[in-house]
Amino acid sequence: MTDPRDVVMRLDRITKRFGALTANDAISLTLRRGEVVALLGENGAGKTTLMNILFGHYVADDGRVEVFGQPLSPGNPRAALAAGVGMVHQHFTLADNLTVLDNIRLGTESLLSRGASRAAARARVDRLSRDFGLAVHPDARVGSLTVGERQRVEILKALYRDARILILDEPTAVLTPQEAEALFATLRRAIAQGLSILFISHKLHEVMAIADRCVVLRHGKVVGEVTTAETSGAALAAMMVGGEIALPEARPATAGKVLMRLDGVTTPDKGAAPGLKRVTLDLRAGEIVGLAGVSGNGQAALADLISGLILPGSGSVTMDGPLARWSPREAIRQGIARIPEDRHKTGTIADFTLTENAVLEGYWQPGFSKAGLMDWRAAEGFAQGIIAAYDVRCPGPGARIRLLSGGNMQKLILGRVLEPGPKIILANQPVRGLDVGAIAYVQSRLIAARDGGAAVLLISEDLDEIMGLADVIHVMSEGRLSPGFPRGSKTAAELGLWMAGQGFDHAA
Amino acid sequence: MSDLFDILLSVSFWAAAIRIASPLIFATMGELICERAGVLNLGIEGIMVIGAFAGWMAVYLGAPLWLGVTAAMAAGMLFGLLHATLTVPFGLSQHVVGLGVTMLATSTSYFAYRLALPEVTSPPKITPFAPMDLPVLSDIPFFGPVLFQQTALTWAALICAGLVGFVLFRTPLGLAVRAAGENPAAVEAQGLSVTGLRMGAVIVGSGLMAVGGSFLTLSAFSSFFFEMVNGRGWICIALVVFGAWRPGKAVLGALLFAAFDALQIRLQQTPLGAHLPYQAFLMAPYLLSILALILMSRRAEVPAALMVPYRKGER
Repeated sequence: MTDPRDVVMRLDRITKRFGALTANDAISLTLRRGEVVALLGENGAGKTTLMNILFGHYVADDGRVEVFGQPLSPGNPRAALAAGVGMVHQHFTLADNLTVLDNIRLGTESLLSRGASRAAARARVDRLSRDFGLAVHPDARVGSLTVGERQRVEILKALYRDARILILDEPTAVLTPQEAEALFATLRRAIAQGLSILFISHKLHEVMAIADRCVVLRHGKVVGEVTTAETSGAALAAMMVGGEIALPEARPATAGKVLMRLDGVTTPDKGAAPGLKRVTLDLRAGEIVGLAGVSGNGQAALADLISGLILPGSGSVTMDGPLARWSPREAIRQGIARIPEDRHKTGTIADFTLTENAVLEGYWQPGFSKAGLMDWRAAEGFAQGIIAAYDVRCPGPGARIRLLSGGNMQKLILGRVLEPGPKIILANQPVRGLDVGAIAYVQSRLIAARDGGAAVLLISEDLDEIMGLADVIHVMSEGRLSPGFPRGSKTAAELGLWMAGQGFDHAA
Repeated sequence: MSDLFDILLSVSFWAAAIRIASPLIFATMGELICERAGVLNLGIEGIMVIGAFAGWMAVYLGAPLWLGVTAAMAAGMLFGLLHATLTVPFGLSQHVVGLGVTMLATSTSYFAYRLALPEVTSPPKITPFAPMDLPVLSDIPFFGPVLFQQTALTWAALICAGLVGFVLFRTPLGLAVRAAGENPAAVEAQGLSVTGLRMGAVIVGSGLMAVGGSFLTLSAFSSFFFEMVNGRGWICIALVVFGAWRPGKAVLGALLFAAFDALQIRLQQTPLGAHLPYQAFLMAPYLLSILALILMSRRAEVPAALMVPYRKGER
């Protein structure tokens, strides 16, 4: 292992600055043949910047990258590919309307040539699929594939180009536990064939499962490098955040009366996204209901329904009696707090100020408007209150919200929906993309709201989050809802099977 | 009613339909290439005008006809370069740039025409492309005159459509162009230049649009006059949608539109023409095109990244 010829990639004091921010500060790292190195770090620690430098999307201000002993020319994805570096991006770089084979072949042949025969290319893809356990049909349109299959296409793309080094950016973020296992099996085959892997993640248990070594980043610096066998998840976590952070521990709930009941609700499919299929669900006061599932399995329809954006096609929704009418404004009137899945697209308006964003949902209420005129003083007071009570770090209520970090933006949204004292809280991916500190804060606020008697529906793709927070867990698959499982009654693997669609057939 | 059948069975009607479709086919192929790469080129109308003008002017000044076509193509590519530079590396609004290019190219053509020929009242004529009279083939009854007594430029239009289809769907270059219009990040990740592909597509596409314009002066009318392009560019934009971004279907669309156009001219001369105002006939091809567009383009798959500027490193 100490033979220097084994080193396939060496990063030497890579530094990258964006204005005043140093995203990567003299990062050095070595990757050897047949080795899996995990790059661990919180959001904002500089992992993505480093990867973009490796792959040529950014040019480093300082430092150099060597691949197989040769310096890698900066700012050029083509050079990285030619050197044998293949990258599996977190946001897949696939063209949906092209076939799997076309996506794989793209850019592999000289543009001015006639191109190799499709049959030869297909045979090669088939062989790679078999060798690495990456089952996917070469003639399928990428748009029709599941997320797991798309990831296989991304890996095939790299293997097709004879990549010797694979860089995977948060590869399991979108997978079920079973799909993640299949991915790990593929990666193990790749290692056995002498490939090297740089694995970027913030999920500790995965890192412990697959990596030989871990390099931990914090604030753009390497703060530790350890052999996985000689460390523990807790030690790595402490290294990542620079100290112990106690995640909130929920006390058992005391569920009260049903605040909202869905009975046999069906909604139409929306393009590729399934609608709800005869969903029956109770939301009770003082209880957190966790909704697990791979994204795109009907969670959006359920969130839209509760938010007032869509109406049930059949079945009934009751809140203190059947709903007479249902609209987003009616949902707000009925005391439903909505924390949307995408805080940038649907949660806020980027170029509005904090004050304007704070009253987006309630500007029409008597407190904020009089006789059709906005009461901006009251609105600003409301925003000031949220900034103080929810610790929103910002230049002031008049600042545009796009200047805020994700965590601070989410705190403002939390304040906006929680301040009026809601009965039901719809939290759709409330901590996605936040750092550990902000996650702890958001989760503790949700628990506090539950303890205050609110019903919480927590939708998340992160099974750990669901299992840690929810009092009752449902799983969604293709628009169907599993029965409710009380906290602790199912293991992650068992829930994973439900996520993959098993169990529904035997279920009542 | 029997008038209608007489027209539909006449050689001259079908020959006219193919002739009218020729400039549309060139320009539609040009627009299709641009849009497949992800750039909407609203400069098409003006680029057709500059093509009509540059081609005609070159021949008027003594150049051979094919050099005139080349001049038209070069002029179109120049305005294509302007469009591509503003929309691709600078990422400006494709609508605003396209309309700007149309206005600039149109008025440049008219201005240059007036400068070159200040005293002229009736537009001077050149000798246009003559219909090819292919031995044997043009003697085939019906199909001979319809297909084989067209000008060389009409044949070039049909060959051009075949070539565009071949390159787009059968070569690595075409795959890269289509991918640039679907997901530029995928192109970048495979080590290709999105900027290069998109600029190339817009420049080549604009060249074809200009050749389509030059068909009007070098094959159809033999002189250049104002307003001669008369909205054909906009029709081509609709034809790309009608053809669901596929060259073969777009050619069919162009033929269909041209057939309606040829039909309405002939219907004006029937007894029906005495009863209806002639504007109603002029309107017909457009109305029918809108109808066909509604029926045909429902399930079309728009290039996913059409009109989305690409900036490196952004998500």
